[in-house]
Amino acid sequence: MEVKGKGKVYRVAGPVVTVVDLDTKMFDVVKVGHEGLMGEVIKIVGNKSVIQVYEETSGIKPGEPVENTGLPLSVELGPGLLESIYDGIQRPLQVLRDEMGDFIKRGVSADGLSHSKLWEFKACVKKGDVVKPGDVIGTVQETANIEHRIMVPPNVAGGEVAEIKSGEFTVADVVCTLKDGTELKLSHKWPVRMPRPVSKKLAPEIPLITGQRVLDALFPVAKGGTAAIPGPFGSGKTVTQQQLAKWSDANIVVYIGCGERGNEMAEVLNEFPELEDPQTGRPLMERTVLIANTSNMPVAAREASVYTGITIAEYFRDMGYDIALMADSTSRWAEAMREISSRLEEMPGEEGYPAYLSARLAEFYERGGLAVSLCGAKGSITVIGAVSPAGGDFSEPVTQNTLRIVKVFWALDSKLSQRRHFPAINWLNSYTLYMDTLAPWYTDNVAPDWNELREKAMATLQLESELLEIVQLVGSDALPEFQQITLETARMIREIFLQQNSFHPVDTYCSFDKQYKLLKSITRWNELAERYLADGAPIKALVAMTSKAELGKIRFEENFDELLVGVMDRMEAEFAEIGSGGY
Amino acid sequence: MVKEYKTITQVAGPLIFVEKTEPVGYGEFVSIRLADGSIKRGEVLDTSEDVVVVQVYEGTGGLNKDCAVTFTGESLKLPASIDLLGRILSGSGQPRDGGPQIIPEKMMDIYGASMNPYSRAQPNEFIQTGISTIDGTNTLVRGQKLPIFSGAGLPHMEIALQIARQAQVPGSSEKFAVVFAAMGITNEEAQYAMEDFEKTGALERAVVFLNLADDPAVERLITPKMALTAAEYLAYEHDMHVLVILTDVTNYCEALRQMGAAREEVPARRGYPGYMYTDLASIYERAGVIKGNKGSVTQIPILTMPGDDITHPIPDLSGYITEGQIVVSRELHRKGIYPPINVLPSLSRLMGSGIGNGKTREDHKAVSDQLYAGYAEGRDLRGLVAIVGKDALSERDKKILEFADLFEDKFTRQGRSENRSIEDTLAVGWNILSSLPKTYLGRIDNKYIDKYYPEKPAE
Repeated sequence: MEVKGKGKVYRVAGPVVTVVDLDTKMFDVVKVGHEGLMGEVIKIVGNKSVIQVYEETSGIKPGEPVENTGLPLSVELGPGLLESIYDGIQRPLQVLRDEMGDFIKRGVSADGLSHSKLWEFKACVKKGDVVKPGDVIGTVQETANIEHRIMVPPNVAGGEVAEIKSGEFTVADVVCTLKDGTELKLSHKWPVRMPRPVSKKLAPEIPLITGQRVLDALFPVAKGGTAAIPGPFGSGKTVTQQQLAKWSDANIVVYIGCGERGNEMAEVLNEFPELEDPQTGRPLMERTVLIANTSNMPVAAREASVYTGITIAEYFRDMGYDIALMADSTSRWAEAMREISSRLEEMPGEEGYPAYLSARLAEFYERGGLAVSLCGAKGSITVIGAVSPAGGDFSEPVTQNTLRIVKVFWALDSKLSQRRHFPAINWLNSYTLYMDTLAPWYTDNVAPDWNELREKAMATLQLESELLEIVQLVGSDALPEFQQITLETARMIREIFLQQNSFHPVDTYCSFDKQYKLLKSITRWNELAERYLADGAPIKALVAMTSKAELGKIRFEENFDELLVGVMDRMEAEFAEIGSGGY
Repeated sequence: MVKEYKTITQVAGPLIFVEKTEPVGYGEFVSIRLADGSIKRGEVLDTSEDVVVVQVYEGTGGLNKDCAVTFTGESLKLPASIDLLGRILSGSGQPRDGGPQIIPEKMMDIYGASMNPYSRAQPNEFIQTGISTIDGTNTLVRGQKLPIFSGAGLPHMEIALQIARQAQVPGSSEKFAVVFAAMGITNEEAQYAMEDFEKTGALERAVVFLNLADDPAVERLITPKMALTAAEYLAYEHDMHVLVILTDVTNYCEALRQMGAAREEVPARRGYPGYMYTDLASIYERAGVIKGNKGSVTQIPILTMPGDDITHPIPDLSGYITEGQIVVSRELHRKGIYPPINVLPSLSRLMGSGIGNGKTREDHKAVSDQLYAGYAEGRDLRGLVAIVGKDALSERDKKILEFADLFEDKFTRQGRSENRSIEDTLAVGWNILSSLPKTYLGRIDNKYIDKYYPEKPAE
């Protein structure tokens, strides 16, 4: 990179380095020391600039040279992003391993995209056409199902095309020249802290289908919506995030492992190439971009990782795709901010977090949404942030500031996870604000009575929690019998419908059709049980029905539809038998 | 020529401030010569043209402005050698057993480097500890970091030692070593551990780092790093499977807080520094398995939860980094059950990849889930019984209640040297499950029930 002035190190304290005599702007990327460690200007005081360094700083001495590149922290956007796994500042981890072995050493820079790989580029504009910023000039088939649309970068003025060629190119080759001499390549750079412009933001209208019953049925998120998953450790945040990354019906998934476990990333890396995308049958990795900045990697790069991820998501949105972005976990990101802030000796806000915490969180979630891009395509980014509240206490600043922004709240509950109810999403505390917007979609696409079934299930669960309070005082046998039926129905909803085994090959993904059938069957049992009870059937016999237990098991079978018919027939027969007194 | 500086301007707690130096690197290893000729060691925490802040491991007792400070130009290193096995060292790596200095095969930076996530292999080899509540319901796998969350006065040390004694991968005869790092534990506890090591002959294949309660607190900050460097050396240079026991992480965090306070940092929760998560991660994340490498590092850190409070920052931050936790319960301990492991708040995140057909047994996951669900429900019912009495319970509830008792008595309870194989553990599990009718076992596939459900009911 070009050098814009030189200075020297004055002070080193952990990841924060102070330099003197360097001409800088805020957020300029600088190269620190003899090894050229990458860092970013975060504060300027008189002749001194304060820099957060993305790599280990041990051994750096006062007096070492510092160079300013004059450019903000940017990512390289172009073909080759998919199937990649990056660290927080878009260095491909595979390249880093090849260059420096199994442990991450420092001072190695690597391009975000391969500069040697050739891509087949098909131009879709011709000489003489006028292009504006954001217009598509051609395409590259990046993976079997994703067509990568090459756009005029939003920060280029556009103009008349002087020359454009199709053929095989690397990301660094010029494929198009405009009349004013501007050269366009397959790739361009974009500063991560600057949202990419769109022509219009829209209100979300269709659900992101996740194949997870509790999410799809009770607390759906819209495509382009925002959701938060807070939960204490061990309650299943990461598993839920991974399930969403695996099964949600987005075109592209950006998964940010921000300050999380290395072994978990290894698991993702192991699994994703083997798993099939339920919509296309192709390996999941082909639609995935992974960013892994594990908890022991430099903290400043962790701070940057979230921005790197969302910028990549915005780039694909601009092409007109639906993106699901998972950030696991935003609390680690907030802690990185806190750590840097404390090294800067800034005045802290709540619990030592910087006072700008809520502004940063809001800015981040606002970069999601459904939008019409500059070229007129409609794309969306659904942002799903995991939150790791300290002590599982939702009143802490990160959770609270997140809840003020997001529309969907999936409250994980350690009580549920302790009894192995997974996903451990508490149905009483969670909420979604998209239900009204999405209701017509369900009526048209799932079943006319879907919304009704859903409401009934929610009401039953709510009633159960009230009844359980009474049970706590008097025991369940003391309840009126029709209320015992309600308790039994609620148990079925919980155990058959809400619980889902993410490790089971069949149960891990549940289609809407199957969700509907399951919920419908449970409701059917409830109706019949209430009717027969009214006719005098004994409660014990109703509760002990074997077809009820069968219903709970067939969801694990491949031929669910077939088996369901049999089970429902047997259920009707059992009821008839009970009704006739033959129990 | 290495320069000595006699320009200490301030001594405050574990820190000294040195002025008018040549440029000094961040993190450099420092040696300080006292008037009586003894040497203390330290590390650069903050360096600038004006002043260098040094943290002294052995404490600043006896230091004054006349001491001579030498900056070595290098970071702190561990003299690594296969001869480390069988040795007892101090918390900062000096021989403590009266033996000779270690002759290094390799000098290794104790801070290590972070493992590239891309190079990690997914941990999936089952380690049999012989303890049912771990093997059966919270399985440990190679490369995992699984802490024991305990409280003051609970037998966590005994459990850790029992694991160290019994841990094995069934059917394998690979090289195995234990690295034991004590941070601020009492002399008595250390004695107990050493005796156990000697009695069982485990010391030959162990490296012990001892920082006792009366050793300087700052030294604790490097003890786990020393230990993990030794572990990495044995694992990656000598292809050994290394089990690292770190005790007590709570003392380590107290030392971290002490340092933060001495440096007048802005504290986060309960006075602990804001970087405690990152700092703990730099320890815990050193567990793992590298693709194409035979060795592995598995960690069992022990921490005592202040006031048995699992939401205290130390267990809380640990829980977010480690792959699960084994929770030792005071309630079970009071009932006289050993090991008093409460499985409900316990968890092993890597269990799924280490169990099942070909690793343990096909029905392992289902049995574990069913045991959990039954025990959780049974414990809830105990609360109910206290209010309404047993007679108000339904038939089903009564059975579940009994099951919870059986679980504690048969499954959780075992002898201090009882080494149960995984088959034994699963057999105990099925045996107590058979106190419930088959229809209650909703978490288990019918084909496993047909195959394993014992026809003779549990005694």
